[in-house]
Amino acid sequence: MKHDGQQFDRLPATPDDREVEGRASRREVVDWWHERFGIDPETFDGYTFWEKGKGKIWILRGDTASPIRIEALGMAFLRTRQEHWKPTTNAVQRFGREATRNVVELTREQARTFARGDDQEIDWDGDWGYLVAAHELAGDREPLGVGLFLHGELQSLVPKGRRRDL
Amino acid sequence: MDELERYEPLIEDFDAFREACRRPLPSVVRVNTLKTTVERAKAALDEEGVGWEDREWSETVLELDTDGPGSTWASFHGWIHGQEEVSAIPAEVLAPEPGERVWDACAAPGGKTTQLSALMDDEGLVVANDNNLGRLSALRFNTERLGATNVAVTNRDARNFSLEPFELDAFDRALVDAPCSCEGTVRKNPTALDDWTVNHVRSVAGVQKGILRRTIQATKEGGTVVYSTCTFAPEENEAVLDHALAEEDCRLVEFEVGLDSRPGVTEWDGEEYDESVRKAKRFYPHLEDTGGFFCAKLEVEG
Repeated sequence: MKHDGQQFDRLPATPDDREVEGRASRREVVDWWHERFGIDPETFDGYTFWEKGKGKIWILRGDTASPIRIEALGMAFLRTRQEHWKPTTNAVQRFGREATRNVVELTREQARTFARGDDQEIDWDGDWGYLVAAHELAGDREPLGVGLFLHGELQSLVPKGRRRDL
Repeated sequence: MDELERYEPLIEDFDAFREACRRPLPSVVRVNTLKTTVERAKAALDEEGVGWEDREWSETVLELDTDGPGSTWASFHGWIHGQEEVSAIPAEVLAPEPGERVWDACAAPGGKTTQLSALMDDEGLVVANDNNLGRLSALRFNTERLGATNVAVTNRDARNFSLEPFELDAFDRALVDAPCSCEGTVRKNPTALDDWTVNHVRSVAGVQKGILRRTIQATKEGGTVVYSTCTFAPEENEAVLDHALAEEDCRLVEFEVGLDSRPGVTEWDGEEYDESVRKAKRFYPHLEDTGGFFCAKLEVEG
């Protein structure tokens, strides 16, 4: 079967259930969030995962008919079908509070730079790649979005429409 | 604002009404409980030195002492959403419960959609429809920014909306926040009345009747439909309800909102409407320092 970019298809449960070439499975998606960010797989028990557009994975609370040809379903969650899978800013803001790995805590000034969409040098001796950028707000750690850490620099991947001068 | 003169017979203390329409609106936001609690949102505003004031009628509505609520950390994180006070009314009146299936027939730009999702604790399904493709991007932006994951977005004409893609027989509840002549938004947008004509009012009323009838048909027996507009025109409010009462199996029901209001009107411009339209509520700018609004609650009968 071929991938149809105009409809939402529910992800197969496991790689063995895969019928569309290159499509991620539910298990791989949940495992990726666990391996990369330490997010407990049970976090996603009440959710289904969908592909629409090449490699764009969406998360829906609950379930619905599959396939379904509509404009949007739940929240855009993760980019697959590329070497490094990439979470969305909105997904990290919503689910990144549970992250225990690859979370970089920024000072208020660094958080401002990040929210503006600017890159910055940071002290980080952990993994390279996509990180959850967070700061402390109202007494607890709160995820800001996705950062890409390479060569001592944290790139802010906050999309244009979500950037703010704070 | 001479267009508003036609409502003088309906509105007591018309001068106070006119005065209120000339003043800008207070800065009001809704706390998004999909992403935080009201307490934490207030604490974040405190940290930034942004003053807030509770609104007695709703736990999630706050007035802020800033004109730029979007330039706060609370907004960046999707903890608050700028939403005019009266526009928080219809979702609370619809009062959806977790696990239900709810249709938001005219959903863009999504303030009420995400409020429905929050009232449902993000459990169940909100089908957020809008016929205007240009406004769908704002709807999608807001549902995702505010972290709603139980929302499905469709781009259809609500008047002939099909439930078939969802394999559903009927919704539990539906919200019709209808496209309207927007007279009640003049405090937010002083040019709102520039294109006002009686013909526009009549033509938009025809669309409203079609949408309200379809939402009643698509809602299960015993289910709730809320009809709202941000306009004062009885042609778009009570007359639309009167039409639905005559054509569909439904009745108007009483509801409470802790904001001062006036009942729906039963006579206008030589027309008489069903007595029960009094159960609808008219919210006027001079009563509680808000925008203008109209809201009615219907029960679908078999």
